[in-house]
Amino acid sequence: MKFCEHRLANGLEIIAECNPKAYSMAVAYFVRTGSRDETDELSGVSHFLEHMAFKGTATRSAADVNRQLDEMGAQSNAYTSEEQTVYYIAVLPEYQDQAVDLLSDIMRPALRDDDFQTEKEVILEEIAKYDDQPPFGAHEKSMAVHFRGHPLARSVLGSLDSVRSLTPEQMREYFERQYCPNNLTLAAAGCVDFDRLVQQTEKLCGQWPQGRIERRTPRAESNRDFRIFPNEVSHLEYVIQIANGPAAEDPERHAARILSTIVGDDTGSRFFWQLIDTGRAECAVMYSYEYQGTGIFLSMLCGTAEQTAENLHDMSVILHDVQNKGVTAQQLQQAQNKICSHVVLRAERPTSRLFSLGNGWLQRREYRTVAQIIADYRHVTCDDVLDVLQKYPLNVHSTVAVGPLRELARPQ
Amino acid sequence: MPQPINIHQYKNGLVLLTERMDWVESAAFSLLVPAGSARDPGPLHGLSSLTCEMVQRGCGPRDSHQLIDDLENLGVDHSASVSNVHTSFGGAMPADQLESALSIFADLVRSPHLPEDQLEDARSACVQEIRSLEDDLAQQVMQNLRQRRYGNPFGRNSQGTIDSVQRITLDDIRDYFDKTYRPNGAILSVAGKIDFDQLKDHVGQLLESWESAPLTEPTTSDVDWSSMHLAHKSHQTHIGVAYESVPYCDKQYYQARAAVGVLSDGMSSRLFTEIRENRGLCYSVYAVCHTLRDQGSVFCYAGTTSERSQETLDVLIAELLELRQGIRSDELARLKARLKSALIMQQESSASRCGSIAADWYFLNRVQTLDEVGRIIDDLTCESINAQLTEHPPERFTVVTLGQNELELPVEVL
Repeated sequence: MKFCEHRLANGLEIIAECNPKAYSMAVAYFVRTGSRDETDELSGVSHFLEHMAFKGTATRSAADVNRQLDEMGAQSNAYTSEEQTVYYIAVLPEYQDQAVDLLSDIMRPALRDDDFQTEKEVILEEIAKYDDQPPFGAHEKSMAVHFRGHPLARSVLGSLDSVRSLTPEQMREYFERQYCPNNLTLAAAGCVDFDRLVQQTEKLCGQWPQGRIERRTPRAESNRDFRIFPNEVSHLEYVIQIANGPAAEDPERHAARILSTIVGDDTGSRFFWQLIDTGRAECAVMYSYEYQGTGIFLSMLCGTAEQTAENLHDMSVILHDVQNKGVTAQQLQQAQNKICSHVVLRAERPTSRLFSLGNGWLQRREYRTVAQIIADYRHVTCDDVLDVLQKYPLNVHSTVAVGPLRELARPQ
Repeated sequence: MPQPINIHQYKNGLVLLTERMDWVESAAFSLLVPAGSARDPGPLHGLSSLTCEMVQRGCGPRDSHQLIDDLENLGVDHSASVSNVHTSFGGAMPADQLESALSIFADLVRSPHLPEDQLEDARSACVQEIRSLEDDLAQQVMQNLRQRRYGNPFGRNSQGTIDSVQRITLDDIRDYFDKTYRPNGAILSVAGKIDFDQLKDHVGQLLESWESAPLTEPTTSDVDWSSMHLAHKSHQTHIGVAYESVPYCDKQYYQARAAVGVLSDGMSSRLFTEIRENRGLCYSVYAVCHTLRDQGSVFCYAGTTSERSQETLDVLIAELLELRQGIRSDELARLKARLKSALIMQQESSASRCGSIAADWYFLNRVQTLDEVGRIIDDLTCESINAQLTEHPPERFTVVTLGQNELELPVEVL
C-alpha cells in the first residue's frame, strides 16, 4: 500500500492509495462544491449539475457516456452533499485509462439546453420521490432549522420551485466558477498505475484555466428551536434532533464518533437498549457528521405518533445522563472494538478506501492509512469524551418533528 | 481465479460450505436454518419473525445484553433476517475472531433462552417493523406484486400482520423453534481467510450433536395474477409489473438473466435509456430476476408523478414487448463486460462470497465456482438468449399500482 500525490500547474491535485494486489481500481473526481456554496436563486444547482455531467460533452453524447461506462463493465455513480460533488468509477485495472479519460471529459460537460430541460424533469421526480418516503423531508427541514442563517442550512436537492426556475445560463456560470481545476481533486485507490494516471491527467486537464474559489466556513450557533411539521402522507412520526459537534478539522472528531456510537449506534447503544430492544420505537440512532468549520450530532427517532412524546422524553433523559456522567471504560472499549473492526472490514474494497481518501483530502488535505485511523480511535480516552461533551453539550439541540402529529410537548 | 471451495455434510444433515480467500483479513459467515416464513401456520403469520427476534434475547451462558456485548467486543458486524425459506444469521469480522463468533451463534440456534419476560418487547419490535412498511410505498407495491404471483405461502411477506403477531404465544414460539431450528436443511457458509480442516473440526464440536427432526414442505395456494390498484394520496404513482420467467436452477437461467440485464443493467440499458434518459419520466426504474426453487419471475418497478404515470406504464410495457424481438450483439457485449467485472469484484468481499455460495447450495444443491460462472457468461450468445425469449416471451403481465389515480392497463395485462 503506497500513497502518492501530484499537483498540476493549474492546481488540480492527484492522489492515490496504490495496492498492486487489489483486483480492481476505483477513481473519482472530488469537487469541492455543494449546497453550502449556493444562493437562494441557485438552490439545487450543484446536484442538478451532477446529473448534467452525464448528459454529454463536446465530443460525447449522453448515450456515448452511458454506453462507454457499460463497455468498461464499470460500476459508476455520483453524489452531491452539502460540501462535495463526487463522480466515481470502479473498474478492472486494465480499464484505468478509459475510465480516467471518460471521467475527465465529463468534468467539462456540454450543458446543452434541451438536455437541461429533460433532466430537470428527472430532478423534479427525484424530489417527489423523497417527499413520499421516510423520513418525508425531515432531514432537510432539521438542517434548515438548525443551521438557520448558515450556509449548511441549504437543501442539496433544492425545492420544486427553485429547480423549476433554474436556467441553463445560471448553471453555466456556476460551473465556470466552481469546477476550476484548483477546486478539483482526482483520487484513486486499488490497483492503480500512478505514473500513468499523472501523465494522462496532465494531458487531459493541464490546459484548464485556474479560478478563484472562496468558501465561508463559520461555526454554527447553538440552537434550541422546537418545530413541528404535520405531514398527511406518513403514518409514523419522524423526529430529528441536532446538537453541535466537532468540525472535520478538529482532532476531537474521533472522540465524537465514539460518543455517538455509545449513545446511538443501531445495536448495543443506550438508545438501542431503551427504545429498540423494548420494541417502543422503529428507529432510534445518533450519528456524528463533520463539515468544514463545524459539525453535528444528529439523532433520529421514528415510531408511532402516540409513543413519540414518551420516547422523546426517554432520549432526553439518556442525553442528560451522558452529559453529566460521561461514558465508562467498558463502553469506550466496546465502541472502539466495534468501530475499528468496521474500519478494517470496509477497507477491503477499493471504493471504500477511495471515499475515505478523497474525503480526508478535501476536508483536511491529509492522508491516513487504515492503521493510523485505527490508532486514532484506540487513543481516545474517557476524558477525551468528557472534553467533547463539555465543548459540545449533547442536550443543547434543535428538534424537528415530521408526521401525523400537530402538537408535541417539548421534553423538560 | 484461484478459488478453493470445500464442502462437508455432517451426519445430522448440516452442510458446511467454505471458500478460502487468502488475500483478505476478514471472514464472514451465514448460518441458515429452515425456519422460513413459508412455514408459519396461516393464523400465526409472522411466527418465524417473532421467533427470530426471541432467539437473539439470550442463549447459552449469556443474557441478551451479554450476547450483544460479546459480539461487539469481538468486532462482529452481525445481522439476522427472515425470508420465506430460511431464518439467516450472518456476521463479518476480523478472521481471527471467527471461531469465537461461531461458538456464540451455535448457542443461539441450539440453546436460546426464549425468555418469557421479554416476549412483549419482542412482539412490539415486530409490530414496529410491520408499521414501518406502511410508510414504504415502493415496497408495498412490490410486496403486493409478489403475493399475487406466488400466492401463499411463498409470496407472503415474512413480517405477518399486527393481528396475527398479537395472537402468537410463547408456546407457539417454543414449538416452532423445536420444529424448525434443525440441522437438516441448515447451511453454514463461510468465506475469507480460513483453514477448512480446522473449521470443520470446530463446527463439528459445536453442531454435530444437534439433533435433526423431520420437516414437512408447505404447499402453494391463492395465486392470483390479476392486476390491482391501491389508492393513496402520495405525490408519486408507484408502478410494479411482473411476468413469468425461469428459476435459478433452470439450464436457461443465464439466458433469461441476460435478457433482463439488457433491459435494466447499467446506464445504457433499455429501461434507463427510454424511460429516464430520453423522456425524463422517472428517477427510479428497474427490472430484476427473482427466483424460488421451482419458479422464477421478472419484477419491474417505476416511480413517477401522477400526471406522467400513464405514459410511464405505457413505455414500460412497450419495452417489455419489444424485448420479444430479441437483443443485439452490442448490448450483449456490454452486459458481458459488466457481469464479468462484477464477478471479479465479488472476490474483494468475504460477505458477498459467503452469501453467494449459500444461495447456490439452496437453489442448486452444489456450489458454482467463479470460473464456472465466468465460462457460462463467456458462452452466452444472442442466438441462445433470443431463443429463450421466443420460448418464454414477456407476456401475461400482472400490474400493481399505488397512487392517486388508477391507470388504464394495456391489453397485454391480465
